[in-house]
Amino acid sequence: MEEVKLMKGNEAIAHAAIRYGVDGYFGYPITPQSEVLETLEEEMPWETTGMVVLQAESEVAAINMVYGGAASGKAVMTSSSSPGVSLKQEGISYIAASELPALIVNVMRGGPGLGTIQPSQADYFQATKGGGHGDYHLIVLSPATVQEMADFVALGFDLAFKYRTPAMILADGIVGQMMEKVVLPPFRKRRTDAEIAEQCPWAVTGKHGRGHRNVITSLEMDSPKMEENNHRFQRTYAEIEANEVRYQEYYTDDAEYLIVAFGSVARICLKAIEDARAAGIRIGLLRPITLWPFPKKAISDLAGRVKGMLVVELNAGQMIEDVRLAVDGRVPVYHFGRMGGMIPNPAEVLDALKTDFPELK
Amino acid sequence: MKEEIIIAGFGGQGVLSMGKILAYAGLMNDMEVTWMPAYGPEQRGGTANVTVILSDSPISSPVLDAYDTAVILNQQSLDKFESKVKPGGTLIYDPSGIHHLPTRTDITVVSVDAMQASIELQNSKTYNMILLGALLGLRHVVPVDAVIKGLRKTLPERHHHLIPLNEQAIEKGMSLVR
Repeated sequence: MEEVKLMKGNEAIAHAAIRYGVDGYFGYPITPQSEVLETLEEEMPWETTGMVVLQAESEVAAINMVYGGAASGKAVMTSSSSPGVSLKQEGISYIAASELPALIVNVMRGGPGLGTIQPSQADYFQATKGGGHGDYHLIVLSPATVQEMADFVALGFDLAFKYRTPAMILADGIVGQMMEKVVLPPFRKRRTDAEIAEQCPWAVTGKHGRGHRNVITSLEMDSPKMEENNHRFQRTYAEIEANEVRYQEYYTDDAEYLIVAFGSVARICLKAIEDARAAGIRIGLLRPITLWPFPKKAISDLAGRVKGMLVVELNAGQMIEDVRLAVDGRVPVYHFGRMGGMIPNPAEVLDALKTDFPELK
Repeated sequence: MKEEIIIAGFGGQGVLSMGKILAYAGLMNDMEVTWMPAYGPEQRGGTANVTVILSDSPISSPVLDAYDTAVILNQQSLDKFESKVKPGGTLIYDPSGIHHLPTRTDITVVSVDAMQASIELQNSKTYNMILLGALLGLRHVVPVDAVIKGLRKTLPERHHHLIPLNEQAIEKGMSLVR
């Protein structure tokens, strides 16, 4: 029987990484995600699965260790929180441009700058629009529960390897720090060098009888070739957009109004919706699970059925831009956000909805 | 059954660990649980609080605006959370940290002198378990044996000899509200 455990979201990520058969974790401590590295060091997976766990000298070093590990076909990851993830952006752009799989975890805290250690979602733009330079995307997964923190490690790696592009778990301090029940995935063996060489023919693993050397680089000085590289990246992104959109709808069947929210904020909104429904107000919720690719079509479809939408985020209004693009002016779309580490409660969400849509009062 | 609880006091009073033990007890009792701490500098002497939800059905928001039960261990927390107890709810407070008593009349207000009780048990570290006992005595959210099972599960083996003392502290807390 599966054992149900109680743990923090950050701890769940660490356990899930060991069980997935991750080859290497490279990180640097920062609140509110330090438990990822701490849990890995407590578990000492280098003695069981052979997984490397390394506290690097900086976030920049950590992401470049990920770059190197990924180039050799290993399943490698890093985690940090907002200011640390800003430091990683150059490396992330290089990893994307080198078409390498990797998993990056951002447990967001309030910014800008060093900001606060309290929860935030203000890195939505950075995560979904390409936080580094150049035309690239990450596959961005938004967990709302500790269970999803665990599950998205495997999902993130599977997608990253499938499309040879880095994936990000974009969590917030709430889901990183809260404890709830989780069923951890079963243990998988780490891939052998032979399996990696077979599954990742692009990796730098030695020639293995191939006629040519594999070279991993993001540099291409010949512009026509670099444009062709970009076209290839864009084809991959189009394929991801076509196949990998994930979202969850709640109470949308009869909803007159829609809340769109991601991560743990979606749960706060769900409570607000349950309270509203008890008073006869029919509100639905759409929770994007992939922030990129964004569930444009689902939101567009709902725009044809509801009278208006409220986007609730722990920021000044970021995902609302994608919601408005999908809605394309057909219904009003308003924003309610708290910033700097402040968290709205369900009553505030309901108040915001009633302020924007006075007919609900 | 759904119980939405806030435990609030100073960092170091065992607020977070009391919440954790309650959450583990919920787990042992096959309930849905969330444990959401106010994390950060609070741990270094400021106020600390934790929201614990125990429920028979899935839990949506781990963040709340109203609570069934509040366990309050200092004045700042009383000022902040007294108004947030649902009408008909329960407020448990330790009088040793309180100068201005609670004034609500639409809730059950219970004073539990856990500080004094922990002195009687000759171990100040039993403080939070006495309050947990009072909470369990007033609000039957989980059976005591689920708490003990939770302790056995979460405490490292080398601390298991302390379980009887914790059991005694819970019993003492329950007797204070009987």
